Amino acid sequence: MKAAGAMVLIELENVGKRYFLHHKRQLVAERLASRMRRDRVSFWALRNVDLRIRAGESIGIIGPNGAGKSTLLSIAVGVSEPTEGTARREGRVAALLELGSGFHPDLTGRENVHLNAALLGYSRAETRDRLDPIIDFAGIPDFIDEPLRTYSTGMIARLGFSVAIHLEPDVLVLDEVLAVGDREFQQKCVERIAEFRRQGKTLLFVSHAPGAVETLCQRAVWLEMGRVRRDGPAAEVVAEYQNHAATVSASA
Amino acid sequence: MAAAPDHLYILSSLIGKDFKIRYRNMSLGIFWSLLNPLIMVIVLTYVFTKVFSSNIPNYPLFVLIGLIPFNFFTLAWATGANSILDNAALVKKVLFRREVIPVSVVLGNVIHFVIQVALLMIFVVAFGEGVNRQWLWLPVVLGLEIIFVCGMALGFAALDVYYRDTRYVVESANLVLFWMVPIFYSFDQVPQQYRLFYELNPVAAVVHACRLIFLDAAAPPDSLLIKLPLVSCGAFLAGWTLFSRMKKRFTDYL
Repeated sequence: MKAAGAMVLIELENVGKRYFLHHKRQLVAERLASRMRRDRVSFWALRNVDLRIRAGESIGIIGPNGAGKSTLLSIAVGVSEPTEGTARREGRVAALLELGSGFHPDLTGRENVHLNAALLGYSRAETRDRLDPIIDFAGIPDFIDEPLRTYSTGMIARLGFSVAIHLEPDVLVLDEVLAVGDREFQQKCVERIAEFRRQGKTLLFVSHAPGAVETLCQRAVWLEMGRVRRDGPAAEVVAEYQNHAATVSASA
Repeated sequence: MAAAPDHLYILSSLIGKDFKIRYRNMSLGIFWSLLNPLIMVIVLTYVFTKVFSSNIPNYPLFVLIGLIPFNFFTLAWATGANSILDNAALVKKVLFRREVIPVSVVLGNVIHFVIQVALLMIFVVAFGEGVNRQWLWLPVVLGLEIIFVCGMALGFAALDVYYRDTRYVVESANLVLFWMVPIFYSFDQVPQQYRLFYELNPVAAVVHACRLIFLDAAAPPDSLLIKLPLVSCGAFLAGWTLFSRMKKRFTDYL
């Protein structure tokens, strides 16, 4: 791999994540009883996943619904703890899994930017310095002091993306960003992500659209049923994934 | 490389958020936090001087001293206990120290508490009780109550994620407490054999101490000054420990 000597920013070692299905067992007594009997229904959303993300890499995660992409991201970012194995992080990981997560509808755009930056670990001064560029890039000057509930979905996505990219994290984590926003804004995002990468920063990107992974990432990881099926250069993995998808739908 | 996150900034941002959301669409704004106890005082005074006759002097003031620490406790505990569930979207999607959520909710309630205590002081003076040097005990006693609430909010916020019934347990407990804290009666009226329960209940202890300070210009008794810090700090440690043990799996249950 190109960035072989660079520092490892995110390292997942033999990571597994098991979820329990609760069904109707909601009463305390029943829940405790089933825990004692160890007959809880569970499934592994991820199993035996090894992933090393080095500084400067751009990695796309692809795979069908339910393959464990979101679980993988939330463990990589640290929002969720693995059931087995270890997850380590170095540097400033922009730990927000969804653009605009943490935005509140009753706060104005500006107030939401402040709140989001604070939650992501930035100081008041750092946030203040970035406020103008964030508002500029989002391109919604007339709405920035209006409550968020008056925004369209696209506008929220613009603001969310703008916050995430301007905070200049060491690792930028994006989950399905390009799905929202108009063409012009998508183009703007792609350019901004490319610039971010030229600064030697790291990108971790999840998408259902293999095309987007191919444009934005050098490396791709194909997840299937909670396991890594293929990990390699984006173009190869994406091509293989698309072939596979085509065969599956042809034989179905 | 990674700067230590500024927890104070996170706290103040979250408190500011709750504050703005709460009052943005209300015409009376923060006056609600003054209006609410005053209405309760009027009702309780009516009931306990006109319906039941009480021989406690300055009854409205007497009730207000009981109500303010009690109101703070119930509101801060109830909102704190629901805080992780209320902020589920945030907890699931953004990584930051989880403790700041319940703590910020409690501290947000402290703002109202401070305003209400200021109102109470005006009432004390208006009823002719005057300022005395025992008032210096107030920051100690009320500070211990805040520590106690923080512990309770942390512990129950964690439990609430796993057992959604926690919300109703808290609500019921608050209803019971209204009667089991000497709000509309005095601690001296409590029969001797039940007094230990009151002494071990920090909310009751705080109300009792406030009455001694404001109405009798007396310092809280030594026994109270030992039990209150012990129970408050114990509750805080227990809540904090429970929370930090349970927080790792919050996202799986939200």
